[in-house]
Amino acid sequence: MPQLDPVDVLIIGSGASGAAVAWSLADTKMRIVCLEQGDWQNPTDYPSNGRDWEARQFNDMATSPNRRQLWSDYPVNDDNSPIKVLNFNAVGGSTILYAAHYPRLHPSDFKVKSLDGVADDWPVDYHQLEPFFAENDRMTGVSGMAGDPAYPPQKTPPMDPLPMGRSGRILGEAMNRLGWHWWPSDCAVTTREYEGRAPCINLGHCIAGCAQGAKASTDITYWPAAIRAGVELRTRARVREITVDPATGMANGVIYYDRDGVEQFQPAHVVVVAANGIGTPRLLLNSKSERFPNGLANSSGLVGKNLMFHPYASIWGYFNEETDGNRGPPLSLWSHQFYESDPSRGFVRGYSWQFGRGVGAILEAQQSMASGRLPWGAEHHAMYRKLHNHRMNIAAICEDLPEEHNRVTLDPVLKDAHGIPAPKIDYTISENSNRMLDHAIARATEALREAGAWDIGVERPILNGGWHLLGTARMGTDPTRSVVNEWGRTHDVKNLFIVDGSIFTTSGGVNPTSTIQAMALYIADQMKQRLATLFD
Amino acid sequence: MSSTVSFPPPAWGNPELSAVEKRTLAAMCARMIPASEEYKVPGADDALIQADIAKSLGRDATAVHNALAQLETIAGGSLADLPIDQQETACATLRAEAGMDLTLLTRIILQCYYRDDRVMISLGMEPRPPFPKGHELPQGDWSLLDPVRARGKIWREA
Repeated sequence: MPQLDPVDVLIIGSGASGAAVAWSLADTKMRIVCLEQGDWQNPTDYPSNGRDWEARQFNDMATSPNRRQLWSDYPVNDDNSPIKVLNFNAVGGSTILYAAHYPRLHPSDFKVKSLDGVADDWPVDYHQLEPFFAENDRMTGVSGMAGDPAYPPQKTPPMDPLPMGRSGRILGEAMNRLGWHWWPSDCAVTTREYEGRAPCINLGHCIAGCAQGAKASTDITYWPAAIRAGVELRTRARVREITVDPATGMANGVIYYDRDGVEQFQPAHVVVVAANGIGTPRLLLNSKSERFPNGLANSSGLVGKNLMFHPYASIWGYFNEETDGNRGPPLSLWSHQFYESDPSRGFVRGYSWQFGRGVGAILEAQQSMASGRLPWGAEHHAMYRKLHNHRMNIAAICEDLPEEHNRVTLDPVLKDAHGIPAPKIDYTISENSNRMLDHAIARATEALREAGAWDIGVERPILNGGWHLLGTARMGTDPTRSVVNEWGRTHDVKNLFIVDGSIFTTSGGVNPTSTIQAMALYIADQMKQRLATLFD
Repeated sequence: MSSTVSFPPPAWGNPELSAVEKRTLAAMCARMIPASEEYKVPGADDALIQADIAKSLGRDATAVHNALAQLETIAGGSLADLPIDQQETACATLRAEAGMDLTLLTRIILQCYYRDDRVMISLGMEPRPPFPKGHELPQGDWSLLDPVRARGKIWREA
């Protein structure tokens, strides 16, 4: 096998966290290389450029890798899970294929053991992360509105919020009548010219890549800056395993397959894993050696365990008044009314809501025919016209507490195109989460009825709802109860770091990307402060 | 985009419909979404829409072939040759019996129908992709948030 020149820092994965850590570490002037199994995306290829934009969300831009089956994807056995795994493999990772809804975890999310007696406290807190949240908001380009009473007052998004639209007004007025919290979401979408990016023009199809460049995916935010600062990003490079020096127990590089399918060994002094809550445990479990027979950094036995998804419920209503449909970013308002624990509700912790403006013409037809609302035959047309552009949606994101039986292991049979064992998911929804879902659906139904909905639909849990992949290499100070320490270094291997959602000690009840990136910046900062003693 | 590594081996089924399958599909589509004078729209059996469906099987080709074969079985032969009322009965039976294969076929029919220019115009939509023109949205009046502000903080100290 050829041996390449050693690098100081090798990052695996170029998505939300890998990009942030690469950019932050670049100012050390170390030699930094990032290996990414996918490739650069061309915005002119994104679906909203074409008439088939809705169809492509079920095909080459599907959120499930098992459906998408691109050369850059690896299969995931999620048969034993009511929630299916979603991701995207490219420069930018799953930020290419996310809705850019960008809340932070709350201060209470970092102290769930102290406050509510469940799970564990994080070894870091909101206030430690606050400067990194702010730096990440600036790098990402976040729109929103200061003064949200659901958060500490220092949070000030750099840009004005996305338009309220018709849908927002209808739901906002209803929330006011109910006396419930709602607020413009923090969104990773520009509302004005920002750092070379054009403002949002309401293409309405943010999830499958933004042709306008208004949505912040890390290929257009962190990566251009990191590459200008000297970081090398090597694409179509799929890492098979992290290798270890048997004498020292330190990571000494990785074996990967290059774009021609040729096996390469890349030596490195520091390895940073940023492959998400499924890809990271898969890689660690595939990195077995005599010294680490149960997988790398797995002396606790917790690599792959405590998988948290966020069980989602979707509750939607139909209205006489016309709504926004797909004519704008789908998510731009949230409610955190039921976020903080209230024992009277019958469950611990809580959930957030994200308000959806509506859906596109084709998705409306498909979902409504599947649910039986849209008939075959002569009545089809009249009914469709009552549904199309008359829907609004509330999606509840429930905090998912860590449970060891929810886990990622290696599938004994399934492999990717390079013969690397694929991840297998075993996951069940807890009783606490089920009670939370009950509550969220009942309250959302109340909100939609108050807003004037004449019909309500529910999907519980959202089957293709495994956007958030968390907890499978958890952070903590106790090496027997966690995989990485309080600054992201694995307890077992002193030059191996993990920076993605795997390290979440608990999940919170919001979309995690903002917190994943703030954590990555925090860990990079910790590394920079400790460069002289990094391996002590 | 090409690569020396192809994952997984293509296993989506034959992307072509036979002449018999095309007749069955068109008959089924006519029952699903008939043409309407009132709304000035073609039916889903329209030739242009049928051609779009036929080239859109992609990842669902096997499911489409299966669903059409099941419909032929239910019809006891060619669906298209049955009287309309018997076609409707056969389609109703298919909907009652079929699972994911019919769901996937239906998804393709609807995606092709609702991106047809004539249908989009009838719905008041411009027949164009979202980019580069985008859409207009009302900015809204953010003073609607005044009651939320007035109620004060709801986050929990930690």
